Amino acid sequence: MSVIENVTCPVCGTLCDDLAVTVEDGFITDVKNACAIGEAKFMNFSNPNHRNLKPLIRKEGELVETSLEEAVRKSAEILVASSYPILYGWSCTGCESIRVGIELAEEVGGVIDNTSTVCHGPSILAIQDVGIPTCTLGQIRHRADLIVYWASDPYSAHPRHLERYTSFSGGRFQKSEWEHYVARLRGILGRKRISRTSERMLTKDVSMPAISGEKLPPYFETKKRKLIVVDVRKTRSAEHADFFMQVEPNKDFELLQAMRLLVKDGELEVEEVAGIPVDLMEDVVDTMIGCDFGVIFFGVGLTMSAGKHQNINSAIALTQDLNFRTKFSIMPMRGHFNVAGANIVSTWQTGYPFAVDFSQGFPRYNPGETSVVDILRRDQADAGLIIASDPVSNFPKKAAENLVKNPLIAIDPVISPTTLMADVVFPASFVGIETEGTAYRMDRVPLPMKKLVEPPQNCQSDKVILTRILEQVRLIKKENELG
Amino acid sequence: MEKVKVKLLTGRTIDQGTSKEHGKLSSEYQESVAICEIDPSDLKELALKQNSNIKISTKCGSVVVKAIESKRAPHPKVIYMPYGLWANLLIDSQTHGTGMPSFKGIPAYMEPAPDSNVLSLPELLKQVFKKG
Ligand code: SF4
Repeated sequence: MSVIENVTCPVCGTLCDDLAVTVEDGFITDVKNACAIGEAKFMNFSNPNHRNLKPLIRKEGELVETSLEEAVRKSAEILVASSYPILYGWSCTGCESIRVGIELAEEVGGVIDNTSTVCHGPSILAIQDVGIPTCTLGQIRHRADLIVYWASDPYSAHPRHLERYTSFSGGRFQKSEWEHYVARLRGILGRKRISRTSERMLTKDVSMPAISGEKLPPYFETKKRKLIVVDVRKTRSAEHADFFMQVEPNKDFELLQAMRLLVKDGELEVEEVAGIPVDLMEDVVDTMIGCDFGVIFFGVGLTMSAGKHQNINSAIALTQDLNFRTKFSIMPMRGHFNVAGANIVSTWQTGYPFAVDFSQGFPRYNPGETSVVDILRRDQADAGLIIASDPVSNFPKKAAENLVKNPLIAIDPVISPTTLMADVVFPASFVGIETEGTAYRMDRVPLPMKKLVEPPQNCQSDKVILTRILEQVRLIKKENELG
Repeated sequence: MEKVKVKLLTGRTIDQGTSKEHGKLSSEYQESVAICEIDPSDLKELALKQNSNIKISTKCGSVVVKAIESKRAPHPKVIYMPYGLWANLLIDSQTHGTGMPSFKGIPAYMEPAPDSNVLSLPELLKQVFKKG
């Protein structure tokens, strides 16, 4: 039995790198420090009922087992024969595989797009428009005294974000609110005890004033880090917030602009904006201006609702306005563990972070035209290669339908609607469990992913599978040239 | 029974996140994803009980899922579905030049569907994509 320390969790963009995983006889038997989602991954990843364990190929409408060579050959043939293939996914694999993927996209003259196109794509558009004042999560942990989660519910999507980097984390200059909550609870209990004892002693005056309700003396109220949540529903994160603003759906833009006005000492001549009373908004803005170092974390609630990149533009503008009054940062809450890496690798290889079109022999980028949902909606693609992603589940119906009707190659460790609809399926190994690799955290800090156990017999790493397809594509192209 | 006009939000839930790791064909996954969280007052208006079948429709299509009383109320006339195939059958592919479809705040209708079943993932795939 061995315990492997400092394991990076291959699930969400928080990329916790403090997990301790117990391995016995080549199997993972325990995992410490992970949240419920991280633990579910480590304890279930090897379940054979939901793994792809053999290469599969569709024959007469049915997926049947095949050899790796046959699957590679078939995939290469599909890609060479197509004139506008899409290569999509990439957010749940290592940077090393993404790099090979880009080479493959260039070789076959296809479009390579990653899942940020349907999550933080609009954030990237906004950042390209107006820039972004941001920082690392370490700086936030140690210094931020005001945390804002806007349209993001870390409890559901990034469960350890609060504990590792924000409200419940203890930094060098910022105490953990968790300790404060516990101290507060102890304080209340202690005072109740004293009050009961004093009553028993039949004296009302034992040098302490009588307890009134749950109110504590000011020294217990030295709460430092404040938490503000803005969301369309009262999420679990909102329950812990000092201020919660329940904005009407699709009205974030109005609220952000109204807050910008207040930051600039303007006056609102209405009672409420986007369902938020102006009084509450003023309190929130005062708290934001009054902090020493604040940060806004925003989720896909902003990018996916009306306004899209304009919402992010104005959230960034609010941060910029706040920087005239105090210090403020802003950061997107990236979902999949290496979606930031997919953008970064794509940028350093092609110049563009997503939706890169190689069909003219050089990289082109025009989201709305070269983004995969639009290509599929217009039914322009004629083949697809999907890796570490499940667009059949996650794309709008029409886009998914047009993806499925073309020849489809899927590389995935697990069975998903996409692999069930594919024509060629490669069983891959899990990056960060069965294969090592590199991933970028949401604040663009690269972290190593460890190999903990051996993959099942027929499962290869994404990088190996892609490299073999690329070699085969080059071979077929050469043969075609020679006639 | 009249259809009720609502706004549909889709998003992540912790149950969807953990059950996904049990496999997308598992019953845990279906139970956590083929659902719609509805405000208690709306449930009352439709005379619906917890876990009864409800049909959600948008201009792109319709799907039958289980109605669940929202723990995040009040949010009358706003319904919430976890990400997954069931929810995405209701989403429009139009991106208005951004590459990003609208997954939140979509105009939708809901109505009780006592005579329809919630389809399993393989059934739904077969029905929609005619493959597999
Ligand atoms: S918060 Fe994210 S990275 Fe951290 S343990 Fe949970 S799933 Fe893994």
